[in-house]
Amino acid sequence: MSTLTIDHVSRWFGNVVAVNDITMTIGPGVTGLLGPNGAGKSTLINMMGGFLAPSTGSVTLDGRPTWRNEEIYKQIGIVPEREAMYDFLTGREFVVANAELHGLGDKAAHRALATVEMEYAQDRKISTYSKGMRQRVKMASALVHNPSLLLLDEPFNGMDPRQRMQLMDLLRRMGDEGRTVLFSSHILEEVEQLASHIEVIVAGRHAASGDFRRIRRLMTDRPHRYLVRSSDDRALAAALIADPSTSGIEVDLQEGALRIQAVDFPRFTALLPRVARDHGIRLLTVSPSDESLESVFSYLVAA
Amino acid sequence: MYDPTVARLTYRGLLGRRRALILGALPVLLIVISVAVRGFTGADDQVAADVLGGFALATMVPIIGVIAGTGAIGPEIDDGSVVYLLAKPVKRPTIIFTKLIVAVAVTMVFSAVPTLLAGLILNGNGQQVAVAYTVAALVASIAYAALFLLLGTITRHAVVFGLVYALVWEALFGTLVSGAKTLSVQQWSLAVAQKVSGGDLVTSDVSLTTGTVLLVAVTVAATWFAGQKLRTLTLAGEE
Repeated sequence: MSTLTIDHVSRWFGNVVAVNDITMTIGPGVTGLLGPNGAGKSTLINMMGGFLAPSTGSVTLDGRPTWRNEEIYKQIGIVPEREAMYDFLTGREFVVANAELHGLGDKAAHRALATVEMEYAQDRKISTYSKGMRQRVKMASALVHNPSLLLLDEPFNGMDPRQRMQLMDLLRRMGDEGRTVLFSSHILEEVEQLASHIEVIVAGRHAASGDFRRIRRLMTDRPHRYLVRSSDDRALAAALIADPSTSGIEVDLQEGALRIQAVDFPRFTALLPRVARDHGIRLLTVSPSDESLESVFSYLVAA
Repeated sequence: MYDPTVARLTYRGLLGRRRALILGALPVLLIVISVAVRGFTGADDQVAADVLGGFALATMVPIIGVIAGTGAIGPEIDDGSVVYLLAKPVKRPTIIFTKLIVAVAVTMVFSAVPTLLAGLILNGNGQQVAVAYTVAALVASIAYAALFLLLGTITRHAVVFGLVYALVWEALFGTLVSGAKTLSVQQWSLAVAQKVSGGDLVTSDVSLTTGTVLLVAVTVAATWFAGQKLRTLTLAGEE
């Protein structure tokens, strides 16, 4: 059991304040670090992982500082956001190397590869891996020494839904085993599915903390905007506006898409695929507009 | 102080296909030149010394040093994969020292070995010219690898700075400006080579003592400093 303590931590780069006086405690279980892109999540995770010195304040793991303390990595497993990972090695060679650097052998590497179900591709070069496979091998390299704290920076970026589900199951299992798991994301739905506890960071500041339901309520109070492209935009618009979960639809001729405003988020997400199917319309793009998320975050900051 | 896993990763990265081709190009060129010169002029000690001093030691060794020294760590820091080394309970100076050993070994293999071969081709090691320049290449390999490893640790433009040092400072100023001659790895290693050859074909502008002291001092200082830099290396996020 490990507890990560962030105590009045700020970090600035020149005149830019990336993290502004954040205090939080991350305990066992899965915690989601949520915030829009550029909010300071990566900076915070880098400080948690001991790769960046806080300008002020302290980051400690069970009372020991993470900065300039190599011994701390016996306890920490890190899954960085960046892709690069010795692409010229095979998956197995990579995980074995990570095990050796912890003073462990092949056995630990094999166990970690089995945990992420990557044995089938372990002898292929990493350069041939898909994004999801890379992510799983990174995960194996982070798990190889059985760490009590797991830090993951945007682990679901670019993963397909099935890979996402698998990774979520794995992280849930890690949390249930009593490990402290912290992952960052800029997508609320992602965090909500996995983490019971959420820390929200907006513009470098700690905007909200606690149970996702509370944050969810704040979220559902706000209208959601979606950008939708389909095989028949106008028919889809007509069908959607009939439902009370949709408060407005704009046909964006320039973009060739619909801009939909939804007030009842859960209902709308169930409605959209059903309506499309019933009317024989193919959905080509469904993406939440960034503005809606940004507005929720700014709402949280104001709250 | 030496970690075999770090060494293996470094070797694999350094001797990847593209970099190995670049590393191999200059030695091949040296051998080709040597064969041609030998064919045209026959065995001539002065010509052998000119080719080995002017091309092998002044140009090839520092360039190989730049590629091996900066390549041993620069790309990992650039693309962020160094995080997998740093997120381990391994001492930072151990990482640097191991990478230095690899960079030195690679520089020696790709510069001293071809220098010896070229020397043998040029004049069959007459007046110890081949051996003297090989020794110079060996000791220069150590200092260059340490210097350029440090460069690779502190700047993203290590290759550019390294090449400017190697080509402009060492090859140009080092042979023209007398002050620069004293501050040149090439001259220090020549001081050692001069001692080996014993004749007057291989000469240096610095004394053996000065050369040796400076070679050791630069190597130790650069390695220590690189270790310190790695301890506080900041991996900025992508934000």
